[in-house]
Amino acid sequence: MTSPVQPVPDHLVSALVRDEPRVLTRITSLFGRRGYNIKSLSVGTTEMPGVSRMTFVVSGERGVVEQAMKQLDKLHDVVKIIDHSLEKYVDRELVLVKVRVENSERRIEIRQMAEDFRARIVDVGRHALTFEVTGDEGKITAFIEQMRPFGILETMRTGRIALTRGSNADIASHIYHDGQTETLEPVYSSAPREGKAREVNNLF
Amino acid sequence: MTQPDAQQQPMQDMTGAKALWATLAAHGVSTVFGYPGGAIMPVYDALTFYPEVRHVLTRHEQGAVHAAEGWAKATGEIGVCIATSGPGATNLVTGLADAMMDNVPLLAITGNVARHLMGTDAFQEADITGITLPITKHNYVVTDPDELPMIVAEAIRIARSGRPGPVLVDIPKDVQLAAFGGELVRPQAHPETPAPRPEVIRAARELLLGAKKPVLMVGGGAQGAAREITEFARAWQLPTITTLMGLGAFPASDPLWLGMPGMHGSVAANHAISQADVLIGFGLRFDDRVTGRVKDFAPQAQVIHVDLDAAEIGKIVRTHLPVRSDAAHAARALTEDAVPFDLPEWRAQLAEWRTRGEHPTTWGAAQAVRQVVARLRPDDILTTDVGQHQMLAAQLARFEKPRRWLTSGGLGTMGFGFPAGLGAAMAEPGVRSIVIAGDGGFQMTAQELATLTKYDIRNVKICIINNSYLGMVRQWQELFHEKRYSEVYLGDSNPDFLKLADAYNIKGWRAENSGDLESAIDAWLSHDGSGLLEVVVPNEHGVFPMVPAGAALYEMIETEPLKTAPHKAPDLGEKMNVVAEEQEARQ
Repeated sequence: MTSPVQPVPDHLVSALVRDEPRVLTRITSLFGRRGYNIKSLSVGTTEMPGVSRMTFVVSGERGVVEQAMKQLDKLHDVVKIIDHSLEKYVDRELVLVKVRVENSERRIEIRQMAEDFRARIVDVGRHALTFEVTGDEGKITAFIEQMRPFGILETMRTGRIALTRGSNADIASHIYHDGQTETLEPVYSSAPREGKAREVNNLF
Repeated sequence: MTQPDAQQQPMQDMTGAKALWATLAAHGVSTVFGYPGGAIMPVYDALTFYPEVRHVLTRHEQGAVHAAEGWAKATGEIGVCIATSGPGATNLVTGLADAMMDNVPLLAITGNVARHLMGTDAFQEADITGITLPITKHNYVVTDPDELPMIVAEAIRIARSGRPGPVLVDIPKDVQLAAFGGELVRPQAHPETPAPRPEVIRAARELLLGAKKPVLMVGGGAQGAAREITEFARAWQLPTITTLMGLGAFPASDPLWLGMPGMHGSVAANHAISQADVLIGFGLRFDDRVTGRVKDFAPQAQVIHVDLDAAEIGKIVRTHLPVRSDAAHAARALTEDAVPFDLPEWRAQLAEWRTRGEHPTTWGAAQAVRQVVARLRPDDILTTDVGQHQMLAAQLARFEKPRRWLTSGGLGTMGFGFPAGLGAAMAEPGVRSIVIAGDGGFQMTAQELATLTKYDIRNVKICIINNSYLGMVRQWQELFHEKRYSEVYLGDSNPDFLKLADAYNIKGWRAENSGDLESAIDAWLSHDGSGLLEVVVPNEHGVFPMVPAGAALYEMIETEPLKTAPHKAPDLGEKMNVVAEEQEARQ
């Protein structure tokens, strides 16, 4: 039986995690040993001390990604998983693209193209221009494709980051507990974690 | 010499090490198993101030961790083991992985080099938190002595709560020595376990009501809910299967019991699963040894899966009704308004299957194990290693109570049985702890005979089923590798097990034929003190029924193929291909 090869879909997932030693290792090790495929991962601090936010792009069938989220959720340092497919979100990615400039004609062409994408020039060299582009995945991919014929010297992408739309705030609703932050503030919280971990992904 | 009372330790003399013992004592930890070494010496020094905690010195850290597992599995309480840095810590690894797979609440304390030496490849330094990261529920490095009680309390809570598991706390030597200025903490409350939502219970009840061929499967996660599960099964008159880890969670004497499922499961259990139209599972994870070929597991059944761990539901087997709940809560909720099944045809079918899959009656391991387990009293604890003797014991023993069957299920750890039996025996000195081991596995942790002697443990009864081979590997070689018995023969170099026991002052008996067996068992069990019984058996017997790897449960080989027939493994070539295909499909 031959069937056309289906592209493996990407899923956008965020996690709020405690800022603990090895938390990144715990998460990547879990993905690695269970064979989940991370396409991109970005990590940063949040407005809450002691809490970091990670955004993953995980590729795989829905069931695989759901299993990955459930396994992730069992890690003690993971406070909450946000499955962005369940709600509206905004996502952005930043990319730096260094493009070869062969001559002044090309330079004009390249700069014109970049303007159309609202890409900023962040470095100017005699034979290269480096652009900064921000946007969703489609825009960034399109920009890179447009630049490719000129000769891309190198690129670096931050990976996607995402927040849910509207006034829902993951941290406020889930970490500020009863109007207080005490459930997370003491790193070794005495409050039971099981049960109140996260509701988003609990389909039962 | 009188020891100063721990509670009266002046706080100014407190160190990290003393705070550790004070915290363990406050958590009711009465016994720890361990082995000292350089980087844990301050903890061992502080131990002398805490006589309320008994330390059991094993002869190997693996013995300590398995003993702590045995303690935990028998009691349901936390087991604690201690090791030094580097090799001491790495010797715990097998036991931690075992505890992770079988959900044993375990606290492992390791010493490490001083903080300023960490990361410099110092003497006996190993990154044990890095090493154990995938095989612990959580782990810690204590960097601030004042945090030690909080961390230990949290570690114990994590180990025991939800789906239990091992937690490791690594303490650098200078943290053990440092003055303690923090606060001692009280044990943390057990978090509530999730209860099922009413609509989910209603849906499960609806599914059950419509069943014509219902089956209940009970796994290790239900060991703590045996009473509720039993009431539920009886209220509905549900034919009940207990997995390897679930044995004892439902009384074997009940006519509803069908035995164990899976690779060496009973004919009745495997056929019942294959024919069932509703399968309700409690606290199990559908291990590949249970399911056989997954796509043909319970092919006609609507599956209701009750588990505490959401990640287990739907992980392997497609689930029609996921019930994320503690087993006891769900069983209680489903027992209300039970409508007992009246399904004479299904019952008759089950009864017919129950007559099949007999073991050989000739002299061999099956006969030996049958006679040993026949003497089990309901309170007796039975532990095993891994292999043929383990599967025979699982098939033949009849457990009436939970937590009496301690075996290494998930990891399949040789060398587990004896030290686990030793730990369980120390937890319950009033009951017999019977260890069935093979000649191979026993030698992996045999040095713990010294621990029996040292602590004058009188209730461990070791039975070595000696067939001079790594029997289960041999069985696979016979069936799947055209009898190429590669590196499985031990008989030319096994010790004289009775002399070995004698060397540790343990009394021993030997039986070499069925005529000797009964009297040897009698003498062994009635001896006032621990003892070792060696049963010498022929090597040619395999364990059956058997579902070849990659086959469906209903394709099981029910009884041992006749040895006189020319060797022809039924369809195995094809089944091996199936394994390869399945593996490919998974990738």
